[in-house]
Amino acid sequence: MISTARAILRKDLLIEWRTKESVPAMVLFSVTVYVLFHFGLDRDSLDGELASGVLWVTMLLAAVIGVTRLFAAEREQGGIDGLLLAPVDRTSLFVAKAAALFLFLTAVELVAVPTFALLLLGPGLGGAFPELLAILALGNLGIAAVGALVAALAAETRARELIVPLLLLPLLVPLLIACAQATEPLMRQDAGTEDLGRWLSVLTLYDVVFVLLSVAVFDFLLED
Amino acid sequence: MAAIELERLERRYGERVALAGVSVRVEEGRTLAVLGGNGAGKTTLLRVLAGLLRPHGGSASVLGADLPGERWKLASQVGYLGHEPLLYRELSGRENLRYHARLHGATPGRVEELLAAVGMEARADDPVRDLSKGLVQRLAAARAVLHEPALLLLDEPRANLDPAAVELLEPLIGRASGRTRVLVSHDVEGALAESDLSLGLRDGRPAPVGAELYR
Repeated sequence: MISTARAILRKDLLIEWRTKESVPAMVLFSVTVYVLFHFGLDRDSLDGELASGVLWVTMLLAAVIGVTRLFAAEREQGGIDGLLLAPVDRTSLFVAKAAALFLFLTAVELVAVPTFALLLLGPGLGGAFPELLAILALGNLGIAAVGALVAALAAETRARELIVPLLLLPLLVPLLIACAQATEPLMRQDAGTEDLGRWLSVLTLYDVVFVLLSVAVFDFLLED
Repeated sequence: MAAIELERLERRYGERVALAGVSVRVEEGRTLAVLGGNGAGKTTLLRVLAGLLRPHGGSASVLGADLPGERWKLASQVGYLGHEPLLYRELSGRENLRYHARLHGATPGRVEELLAAVGMEARADDPVRDLSKGLVQRLAAARAVLHEPALLLLDEPRANLDPAAVELLEPLIGRASGRTRVLVSHDVEGALAESDLSLGLRDGRPAPVGAELYR
């Protein structure tokens, strides 16, 4: 299963590297939204709840672009048939797609988070950087698990651009709350880490539940 | 022994009947020609036999696997060459075949062997999007036989191929391959000449093979 997932992931990363269809669009979207917030709120800096909310809502909306494109090559070039004709465990497809989305989100955050800090964030993040990395990693894992599930569900539908956000965003509400609550203390003027452990536990639980759920139902999504 | 046994097979798309009352038996190593006009249900039949579509009625046994329940058994035994080449445009021919080889557990050596067999060694590293339809069809044929399938499902396999390429692919997908084959073609005379039995389809239902099929 792992070697098949690695083969599918390698193929997806190679295609993304050559087409540059998903990650650049997600980066551009995030940066544009931060610029819009910068001017729209008419404030030089944000902190606390507002900063945390702006960061995570933007990341979730950027993720919609990645999720919509996640099965594009399979859909447009018959990749699903190729996989169904091979003796592969379909869980490997889920693992590969979730891993690809996780890596796409990480790549986007490498640009988007510094841009956010530069354009909008009042207090620096220096001291709380490891905590923020942990929240981003757990947040990405949850988005990747739910995103791969929703992408597979929408892959064969005609209105996928509509279905993806309508399904994805409500499912991500608990994750958004946990990520925003965990990040909020790190972005206050008097930055602290109170309640961080609690919210990281909530995020971990969310990730475990959705990874298991996705693995359980993924097989059925590819049935005709 | 029968490689394919269909009894009153049915398949619908919503309310529309795509296949109904299709019964046929194909012995191992034989070739079945499936003939009919556009929209007759030929491609649907191939996709049901490949395990890509569920039958909605009747019974279907392919290589000993009862469909749809045992279609997982077919995965390593069926080679499917359809309208879509099932190749990624941004990857080269070699990368595509190596990817499919990993999925099927075939070796990189088998990939090189097939690239040579289909005359694609010189263009193997070109992205598929830069290749002509004929060259893509050669790669698609190589992909379909990568895992040495017992059953070949061929939908217009010679489309876009020049005479030299047709000859080149004969040992892989032609009668000379020795495999059980289901061949869909609009070249009625050619298909009948290289098949052991035939099945005519009209509006998804069995019909006598002849000019009436195309009216």
